[in-house]
Amino acid sequence: MIGIIDYGMGNLRSVENALHHIGEECMISGDVQELEKCGKLILPGVGAFGDCMANMHQRGLAGPVKNWIDQGKPLLGICVGMQMLFEESEEKGIHPGLGVLKGRIVRMKTDLPVPQIGWNELEKAKEHPLFASLTPHPYVYYVHSYCAEDYDEADLCGFSMYGDVKVAGLMVRGNLMAAQFHPEKSGEDGLQILQWFAKETV
Amino acid sequence: MITKRIIPCLDVKDGRVVKGINFVGLKEVGDPVELADEYYRQGADELVFLDITATHEHRSTMVHIVEKTAEKIFMPFTVGGGIKSVEEMQKILRAGADKVSLNSAAVKNPDLLSEGARMFGDQCMVLAVDGKRRDDGSGWNVYIHGGRIDTGIDAVEWIKDGVNKGAGEILLTSMDADGTKQGYDIAFLQAVRSAVRVPVIASGGCGRLEHFAEVFEKDAADAALAASLFHYGELTVGTVKEYLKERKIAVRI
Repeated sequence: MIGIIDYGMGNLRSVENALHHIGEECMISGDVQELEKCGKLILPGVGAFGDCMANMHQRGLAGPVKNWIDQGKPLLGICVGMQMLFEESEEKGIHPGLGVLKGRIVRMKTDLPVPQIGWNELEKAKEHPLFASLTPHPYVYYVHSYCAEDYDEADLCGFSMYGDVKVAGLMVRGNLMAAQFHPEKSGEDGLQILQWFAKETV
Repeated sequence: MITKRIIPCLDVKDGRVVKGINFVGLKEVGDPVELADEYYRQGADELVFLDITATHEHRSTMVHIVEKTAEKIFMPFTVGGGIKSVEEMQKILRAGADKVSLNSAAVKNPDLLSEGARMFGDQCMVLAVDGKRRDDGSGWNVYIHGGRIDTGIDAVEWIKDGVNKGAGEILLTSMDADGTKQGYDIAFLQAVRSAVRVPVIASGGCGRLEHFAEVFEKDAADAALAASLFHYGELTVGTVKEYLKERKIAVRI
């Protein structure tokens, strides 16, 4: 069972739909005890970083989610759900994150339109078995104005170039996965990434 | 590299897809969920649902269609038409839509943009603008209520204002070009593009393959929207993308 963390933000339905489509059982919950019974968790996120973190704290989810990750249990963060795993964000003031991944979230410095909205190629940052299940040039769907910097290169699995900005697209460290793009909205390759999380993390 | 997006637009009335010619003379052409699935398989990058009667006849928006669509297709889509409150936005987004677009409601109540952006993020807020060139040629005015009412507001100024309030993307429809099949309104698009930094979706006027290439080669838009071209099977999304790829325009194939 995959638990989708409901903290009052984000497009939970889409993640649920995508998991159902690939044949995975899942539940949406904001209750710590219910979530702790799940084998894996997904932390989605839409909206401003500060609001998302505030909601996580208000609902008593920030501590338990951090503990979950510290124990090495599988978790996939998506979009702002990914960003919250880092140390801090500069979106609308400086806000601390969960700090399980090294790095900070900064506004993208580019002459291209911000937010980046659209499909961008997910390029390999390192060899990873995940890529075997994807098409040779996978495209994934991004919608974001901020991205990670000063992260640990060892955590970076895939990236996308937005002008000169190297966007940390997919971080993988053990059972912890984090996608800046939306796998649930990235067509067949996106579904494969969810599938990989569902099947290959333990 | 970021790719240029091809976006079929599904104008929906009473749960069916229709496309107006210059906003009058609607013809029924299909079931929105089926069409959405067809476009997903053709390789569309995104979809837009516009409830074209919602503003005028105060219809509630299409939560049910959104739910059904989100179960079937795994790509982003935007819903607009008659959304007047943050609560309505939340319903649509929770049902599975990725973005909401505001048109008349944002003109009447610009705070909607900022409230929505604060709750859901700028990237969820699409400002849809129907514009028409002023008779003296000095610029474009914003029209609301499906193009029925001239607000007298300058479109470029309004869009700048809207972006400051939190619009993350602009869906720009040229009423002069819409329905003509003579190509996108490059001058209008470029005027908007040079005024704001958020992505711009071109809408209105696309009649053939060259029009898609033109709007991207002139860097007048980040995405191109079309409706009847696709609905009546004149072109498939796949054909458009193959053509653009040959013209060296970055697309997702």
